[in-house]
Amino acid sequence: MPLLENGHPVEDTWRYAVEGEALGAGDVIVPLDRLSEGLGRSEGRLGVVLPNSEAVSVLKEALPKLAVVVVTFPIFRDGRAFSQARALREHLHFTGKIRASGHILPDQYEFLIRCGVDSVEVSGNADMAVWEEALRRFTIATQPSPVLDEKPTGFGLRRFLATP
Amino acid sequence: MGGGLGRTPIVGVSLRDDLPEEDLLAYMEAILRVYNAHGRRDNIYKARIKILVQALGTDEFRRQVEEEFVAMDRARYRIEPALVAAIKARFGAPDFAPEGNAAAVLAEDRRRDIAFDAWVRTNTHEHKAPGYISVVISLKPAGGIPGDATAEQLDLLADLADEFSFGELRVTHLQNVVLGHVRQDQLHTVWQRLSQAGLGTPNVNFITDIVACPGLDYCALANARSIPIAQKLSSRFADLELQREIGDLRINISGCINACGHHHAAHLGILGVDKRGQEAFQITLGGSGEEDASIGQILGPAMAEDETVDAVSRLIDLYLVRRENGERFLDTYRRVGTAAFKDVVYAPA
Repeated sequence: MPLLENGHPVEDTWRYAVEGEALGAGDVIVPLDRLSEGLGRSEGRLGVVLPNSEAVSVLKEALPKLAVVVVTFPIFRDGRAFSQARALREHLHFTGKIRASGHILPDQYEFLIRCGVDSVEVSGNADMAVWEEALRRFTIATQPSPVLDEKPTGFGLRRFLATP
Repeated sequence: MGGGLGRTPIVGVSLRDDLPEEDLLAYMEAILRVYNAHGRRDNIYKARIKILVQALGTDEFRRQVEEEFVAMDRARYRIEPALVAAIKARFGAPDFAPEGNAAAVLAEDRRRDIAFDAWVRTNTHEHKAPGYISVVISLKPAGGIPGDATAEQLDLLADLADEFSFGELRVTHLQNVVLGHVRQDQLHTVWQRLSQAGLGTPNVNFITDIVACPGLDYCALANARSIPIAQKLSSRFADLELQREIGDLRINISGCINACGHHHAAHLGILGVDKRGQEAFQITLGGSGEEDASIGQILGPAMAEDETVDAVSRLIDLYLVRRENGERFLDTYRRVGTAAFKDVVYAPA
């Protein structure tokens, strides 16, 4: 499953833990119920899948030891993961990677990035040009992002209004 | 917060009345985050902020919003005063001319022309600038389709806006048109030109100033036609003397439960339903979309179109008998209560 960053496919160095198997060494993403098992490992970086029904505060203790948090979209119109990504950045000051996984549309790509998501898992037959284009389509936004350093010009409405 | 019509009509509640302007975006963001996290996902009809506010209760909803709000990096969301000023500048007032003798000219025009005077009484609002007045052009002629205008009438409205109202006109949710800034000494001319085009109906806020959704004639969602019953009611009460006697009375008609006609917010609301394959109409009474907002209550079982028009007549008759000094239909209904109104519609004669 290709992984997109900044509109381009990148190599995915992470693997998901397999149910019923040991975590092993290397970079691994675990489900939430195996978080303590993952934290107990001595080598390799750790990521966790955060179900969209959970409050981000469940990760509060573990967050400094996590390199990746995966937020999930069971279906594109269930947008709880947007708020989770924002809360991870804004409330818990998480500086690792946030990865979005599940049923996501290209139209949502820019919003994900504005909410603090770094990488998106897309399906193998996705048209990469559409995803890339989705990042360029709009140059203004009316809401400030909690992560992008775009003040003062990036607060789109102000920039729009400044143009006579 | 949490107000809405449709299948679950609810009057909104107030969360804060002291929010600083600069925190408006942050607060709205906090509201949406609470809703996003906890709103219903299992039933699309209940995936609404109003449903969550009802489920949690206003106090608990407010507490969660405040909790989110205080945790936010508010500096990022701050609305700069310069931005507010830039927006305000785009809604600035036009350059009003000095008052001169405009008010005196209007007073004289009204004294000389009774029909004009009657129209001014119903179809205008005071203006904050001396010498100006705001005009509501009724698109509700007797027996007509609410909100309809011909191409020629639209051309005239555009011309009048250019000539008399700084090139600005507004289409309102009550399906009329407003010329916002007309000089009082030009009002008689405006009225004459409107009247020549059939746009001089002096009935704003009266019983024939009906709001109706497009209904089954145009809408795939509708269960019943809204327009024909609006036209029948408009014809039934066409007499202007009768309308003045009845006074302020808002009738809104929706052709289905989605309530685009805002029937819940009408003094007298009419909802089109499908009754075993036949179009039928339910009456709600006591709604208001004003400062005294309330949701209209269903009076009883739905009736066929003509029965409904007759029922409205009987409701009006009862009001005229029971009203006390200066009461609107809504006031009398609220004071007298549902039972008497229900009897006059459903009790056997």
